Amino acid sequence: MDAEVTQAAAAGREFDIEFKLLIDAIYHMYHYDFRGYAPASLRRRLKTAMSRFDCRTLSQLQDKVVHDSATFSALLDFLTVQVSEMFRDPAYFLALRERVVPLLRTYPSLKVWVAGCSAGEEAYSLAILLHEEDVLSKTIIYATDINTRTLQKATAGVYGVERIAGFTANYTAAYGRAVFNKWLKDHIVFSDHSLATDSVFAEVQLVSCRNVLIYFNRALRDRALGLFREALCRRGFLGIGVKESLRFSSQSEAFLDFAPAERIFQKRAEL
Amino acid sequence: MNLAGRIDAVVIGASAGGVEALTVLLPALSARLRPPVFVVLHLPRNRPSILAEIFAKKCAVPVREAEDKEMVAPGTVYFAPNDYHLLVDQGPQLALSADDPVHHSRPSVDVLFESAADVYHDRLLGIILTGANDDGASGLAAVHDTGGVTIVQRPDTARAPHMALSALKLRPADCVLTLDEIAGVLQTLDASPTSMRMS
Repeated sequence: MDAEVTQAAAAGREFDIEFKLLIDAIYHMYHYDFRGYAPASLRRRLKTAMSRFDCRTLSQLQDKVVHDSATFSALLDFLTVQVSEMFRDPAYFLALRERVVPLLRTYPSLKVWVAGCSAGEEAYSLAILLHEEDVLSKTIIYATDINTRTLQKATAGVYGVERIAGFTANYTAAYGRAVFNKWLKDHIVFSDHSLATDSVFAEVQLVSCRNVLIYFNRALRDRALGLFREALCRRGFLGIGVKESLRFSSQSEAFLDFAPAERIFQKRAEL
Repeated sequence: MNLAGRIDAVVIGASAGGVEALTVLLPALSARLRPPVFVVLHLPRNRPSILAEIFAKKCAVPVREAEDKEMVAPGTVYFAPNDYHLLVDQGPQLALSADDPVHHSRPSVDVLFESAADVYHDRLLGIILTGANDDGASGLAAVHDTGGVTIVQRPDTARAPHMALSALKLRPADCVLTLDEIAGVLQTLDASPTSMRMS
């Protein structure tokens, strides 16, 4: 028992060291910066990747990743969130529709930033909502993510038919019936952007960034919130995940509660 | 089994029948409890969890729904929010994730237990209760493999024995106990202040 435990403890220490080395290697080699990600989820994803790539240790995985860019692309799918849903948390979309859209409507043109859009479900959900509210024609939705392969899926806008039932359940929970049109894409610009290393690219009236900040450590979360603050116009809106908060953030002062239960905030007017 | 001074954190996993089981365990916790207690209980999706509210009224210790990036407070019970995984991260602090369900479950017992084992190593107590699926078995194995203490509810006393049997199939548990006996073990956790030995 004691020998086993010592062995397990040693393996744990080795994993910690190899973890840092791999994250550094990925940064130096491919300029993807996972150094500010919360370790717990990342460790779990790397353990899944190790078994999928048939590696006994993270060092073996690092060897493959550093010397073969195709392995890195495949690994990136493990390291970034792949799953998202149309209209996840119907109450969020209802609050946007009933409380935020009436204010957005007053702008001559609208820009929306979906940060960490993964395969685009959230961007399409917003496009549908804005179309139904008759403001999509004056809107551009910037949907950004670090994973270019996922962005390709998002641009295609095609989702497995087995997922549509869940999407529809969420949608009807929010309001009635589903409309899904390819031309929604005309108002969405999918683009490669990193909240860890890139800067602001446009002024926007709404940022929707849900279930992304949970994967960041506090410093990186604050950096991302700083970008949102900079990108948002005065009194612009920020929507985050229902289990995310601005508490303990250096940026929390920049935002006021707007729809607290749905986690929608408004940038202070004086900023 | 007396665990005074031996444990820095407790993880509990349950599924079908879990509310009743926790109704025996959590109200038995003493106000002098030192280690934090993290709980994953499977619930139907798309429904906000009111577990923390329900148990807060019945317990002598603070009971809260876990918040992302919250520092772990001693002697507090944290429930995983519905439709998110709960993990323990370095600090120790809490982390949530919206990653894929594990064993069709989000939150998943495995995800909580494995992350807590990475942080608390051999100072962790893992408890598997009633349930009708396989979630928790690999998690409890991780607790065992890093030298933590493992307890499984006696399958013949569980409303759904599958989760306990599945855990016992993967690794032997340190103890296989009834709920009342587990409550007794939890009461030994406050006998003396534990050293917060953290890596």
